[in-house]
Amino acid sequence: MIELYWLPKVEQWRERLRRLGDAGDAAWDEAAALAASRLDVVQTNALDATLRRARVEPPASLPDKPVRLALLGSSTMAHLHPAIRVAGLRRRMRVDIYENDYGQYWQELSDPEAELHRFKPNAVLLALDAYHLAAGIGAASSAAEVETALHDTCERIRACWRLARAAFRCTVIHQLALPLHPPLLGSNEHRLPGSRSAFISRINAELRRMADAEEVAVLALDERMARDGLAAWHDPELWHRAKQEVTPSAAPIYGDLVMRLVAASLGRSYKALVLDLDNTLWGGVVGDDGVEGLVLGQGSPLGEAFAHFQDYARELSRRGVILAVVSKNDERNALEPFERHPEMVLKRGDIASFVANWNNKPANLRAVAEELNIGLDALVFVDDNPFERNLVRRELPMVAVPEISEDPAGFAQTLADAGYFEAVSITDEDRARSGQYQSNRQRDRLKASATDLDSYLRGLEMRLLWRPFDRAGLTRTVQLINKTNQFNLTTRRYTEADVLGVMEDDRAFGLQLRLIDRFGDNGIIAIVIGRLGDDRDLLIDTWLMSCRVLGRQVEPTTLNLVAAAAQKLGARRLVGQYVPTARNGMVRDHYPKLGFGAIDGDPGTTARYALDLAGFVPRDSFVDVRQEGADD
Amino acid sequence: MTEPEIYDTLTAIFRDVFLRDDLVLTPQFSAKDVDDWDSFKQIEIIVAVQEHYRVKFRTQEMDRLTNVGDLVMLIASKS
Repeated sequence: MIELYWLPKVEQWRERLRRLGDAGDAAWDEAAALAASRLDVVQTNALDATLRRARVEPPASLPDKPVRLALLGSSTMAHLHPAIRVAGLRRRMRVDIYENDYGQYWQELSDPEAELHRFKPNAVLLALDAYHLAAGIGAASSAAEVETALHDTCERIRACWRLARAAFRCTVIHQLALPLHPPLLGSNEHRLPGSRSAFISRINAELRRMADAEEVAVLALDERMARDGLAAWHDPELWHRAKQEVTPSAAPIYGDLVMRLVAASLGRSYKALVLDLDNTLWGGVVGDDGVEGLVLGQGSPLGEAFAHFQDYARELSRRGVILAVVSKNDERNALEPFERHPEMVLKRGDIASFVANWNNKPANLRAVAEELNIGLDALVFVDDNPFERNLVRRELPMVAVPEISEDPAGFAQTLADAGYFEAVSITDEDRARSGQYQSNRQRDRLKASATDLDSYLRGLEMRLLWRPFDRAGLTRTVQLINKTNQFNLTTRRYTEADVLGVMEDDRAFGLQLRLIDRFGDNGIIAIVIGRLGDDRDLLIDTWLMSCRVLGRQVEPTTLNLVAAAAQKLGARRLVGQYVPTARNGMVRDHYPKLGFGAIDGDPGTTARYALDLAGFVPRDSFVDVRQEGADD
Repeated sequence: MTEPEIYDTLTAIFRDVFLRDDLVLTPQFSAKDVDDWDSFKQIEIIVAVQEHYRVKFRTQEMDRLTNVGDLVMLIASKS
């Protein structure tokens, strides 16, 4: 069973339902509040039946005309009507439904005298099940017969879309078939031309392509099935008993999926994501813990989960969803992580409306809607605090407030499952709002197209940002020092106190290096600790690097930084050490490769190398070097 | 679970499905005792029961159900 788990559990369900009929003018609002709860199929049907019995009508002030939805299907859909109407109610939309006589979708579309045409739908959903679509073929069919069947079936569907559009001039949605046929071969099912299972995959793929050209929205039940499992969507027993392609258990989610698309086609999807800060975008409370105390980014699973959620929000913004912040904080404190926490994925520039003060959140959400010039019913508000969520739901029932777990690892998926930002296409305007998304895939594509390594490296536009050790990066620094085993010259482990000691020692330096390229931020990828010893030797106590950035000229570039830092301390030469372990063989020749000469020892036990700084010439590289936080 | 517990659970489900708080289930209670107990309602009841008890009924088992008493026996046999 698939739950509407992002909706709050309903309280006092039976009492509220029984009272609906007597609620008078308030009945519609109360019903909408119930519809915005985590209802199962029995509750969904009960709510729908109660409203119909009591003849509860929406208020005249409802912004949208009623949706008149025609369901044109090849199997039974009557059990899904209540869930579709309740999903409309959830969006404060009234929905009237027409369903064709069993199996008669084609006849009714073609016959202007049919009841369908008197219904005058303003949205049409065509739902053809897998058994219906694959009826003409079987394992004995030849490849040519299958091609003909594929072509004919798709053209028949295209004709349906065009008939519906010509007759009703309205939104047309096509429901892709659940893959119901058990395979005959298995993983290589596609090699059997007459496989019905493979045929349905092909039809779904072909219909997606055709739907783009015909401006038909698809309802991707096949993708939902891939996520939820076929058993969550289809019960063979109920198929044989009642020809229900979608099992009643899945009706609530099905209804919501349908109404997301209808709402999106009417421009009624949510437009803005409003985010709380403390324990929503990062772990901890910035006002108490300070920027340095926040859990965010690499260094802990929890910190990575928050960064992952920030990344999802940024991705949404790049496809046109507006981002806003509403936080109970001093504004100065709230802004500080955006300005100087190195692991923040979201930047101040990504946030269109930033409200941090001590007012209550409903008041601040009104302020956000006003500043953005959109309705409150276009806002989705994400807050880890159940108190704030319930307050907003009570004061502003038109704002969507998903239930989120206490674990940020699930935040992004919850937003996706809730489908608030459903869109049927991406406009140029959406794209203009979004920045250039940069991905590993692009990085790899560039690598493939580059004729040699140099041009690849040059094309990466790498920037190495260095900072001295600081408290903001402390956790990551200690973590890297203690977990890096391969590219680690000495494998010395340090505690936070040790690292703080380096920060306070004016005869030592600690460097943390961040690598950014045109495809994104790799995070802190290298650490170097140097200490001035006797005879003005700068001892490289620690040099370690993440293996993810091997082969990108980070090593010679880092040497340039180390040399500069050493010269600043008055050092005469650099002295490096290789202490072999079971796992750091890869850096055995690190110093010789960088031009250091051997002093003593040997790489089997411990070897020392030196590089004279007097005649030091900075090594060439394609990496641009800057101090992080310094002006560009 | 005991038979009375099953009757309590079924009563709550039936009251939600038929929106009638006065329904009292007996072993002989069947489709002829409620006006709108059609095949859809029958399936809704079965789905609700299966979800509540996290069980799955076989086609043959569903075919043999004639009244509430049969359903209670079936649930008891599954748990």
